[in-house]
Amino acid sequence: MAFSPGFHRRDREREAGDRLPPGQYLTEDFPVLSAGPTPRVDEAAWSFTVETETGEQRSWSWAEFMDLPQERPTVDIHCVTRWSKFDTTWQGVRVDTLLDGLDTAASHALAYSYGGYTTNLPLQDLIGGKAWIAHTFDGAPLAREHGGPARLLVPHLYFWKSAKWVQGIRLLTQDQPGFWESAGYHDYGDPWREQRYSWA
Amino acid sequence: MGVRAGGRTNPPTWQPAELVADRWENQATRTLILDVPGWPGHQPGQHVDVRLTADDGYQAVRSYSLAAPADGDRVELTVQRVPDGEVSPYLADGLPVGARIEVLGPIGGYFVWRPDETGSTLLVAGGVGVVPLMAMARAWRGAPAEPLRMIYSLRSPDLLCYGDELAALPSAGAGVLLAYTREAPASEARRPARLTSAEIAGHGFAAEEAPRCYVCGPTGFVEAAASALIDLGHAPARIRTERFGPTGG
Repeated sequence: MAFSPGFHRRDREREAGDRLPPGQYLTEDFPVLSAGPTPRVDEAAWSFTVETETGEQRSWSWAEFMDLPQERPTVDIHCVTRWSKFDTTWQGVRVDTLLDGLDTAASHALAYSYGGYTTNLPLQDLIGGKAWIAHTFDGAPLAREHGGPARLLVPHLYFWKSAKWVQGIRLLTQDQPGFWESAGYHDYGDPWREQRYSWA
Repeated sequence: MGVRAGGRTNPPTWQPAELVADRWENQATRTLILDVPGWPGHQPGQHVDVRLTADDGYQAVRSYSLAAPADGDRVELTVQRVPDGEVSPYLADGLPVGARIEVLGPIGGYFVWRPDETGSTLLVAGGVGVVPLMAMARAWRGAPAEPLRMIYSLRSPDLLCYGDELAALPSAGAGVLLAYTREAPASEARRPARLTSAEIAGHGFAAEEAPRCYVCGPTGFVEAAASALIDLGHAPARIRTERFGPTGG
């Protein structure tokens, strides 16, 4: 016997076609996903730090960060809870800019956030123009519940990898699972391969 | 979103789930009572992925909170119809009793209430966010050990879920505040208004008691309630949240 008799695809998903990863639906809203309360981070107290596996560090204050070369990516984003949103517009600093000239043999990175959140990625996925530290969404300062003052933006992976309230990136010579990755979610999280859960 | 759990080691797989009965909580919200042969059990607060398949093979998946504690092969979901939604209108109006869908789960291990954890419990619900919190309250009612209080903010009486059960919770020792925001029943002394920080303080527990706080509802509601709890001195680590957007479902 077939499942869900009488269920049909909506025009919206039909029209999205190949641009929508498998198992995703299209939304015009911007839903929020967080495990706990939204941390309060003041721009005046904000700083961003990159640290290599040997302990070499770089930090930027808010003002210094805003003085770095800025980019305005327009990207599709995909949440593991199955919504996707097309053509989101951001402003921020390319992660390449932050890592430029650093001496590292790292293979992985752990992004960590105000409030204690962490997420891990292969370093490859942060460089080459694939990732940003974004502070502006849709032309306005990034709202706190969406990760403001600044969040990581890695649109080619499920959006939990785009750590909200990001505070720094630690470069590592081995993989170290982050918050959701230690809690049943996939280590890498490619939406095109539906890498949602650790058992997938 | 949350972690896998559920007292077994095998990864979840898609399982057929037959709708054996239903119950309308209100005109927009239907509880589905599903029979899932071999269901491994779950914890209050966990959810399942529900998969629908169209004649042309197209599939749509959404997550729904489990509305009741584990009970053999029986699984209860409560679904509020989102008028523009892809899945919820079908689950509310299209799925006939006797038909089958597919479920994957249980999923989630963070927004979970464990009866053996110590401390009082505060449940703060916004709208249909009451569903996973009701699973917690129902589990608590089965063996009420530590104090439990629930605050349930909702727009109007015609959207109330689980009304009779909530009315009976105080006789089991739980505190329940229904906070209507737009329109209240005539019998209600509280005037319709947004839930305030003072009400959360008055109907919850003191921060010094370090209660477990669970907040579930639309994003704006969760932001406001969690923020109020922090201002009242509750540790962020004691506040677990689950948000849903006004979308898709």
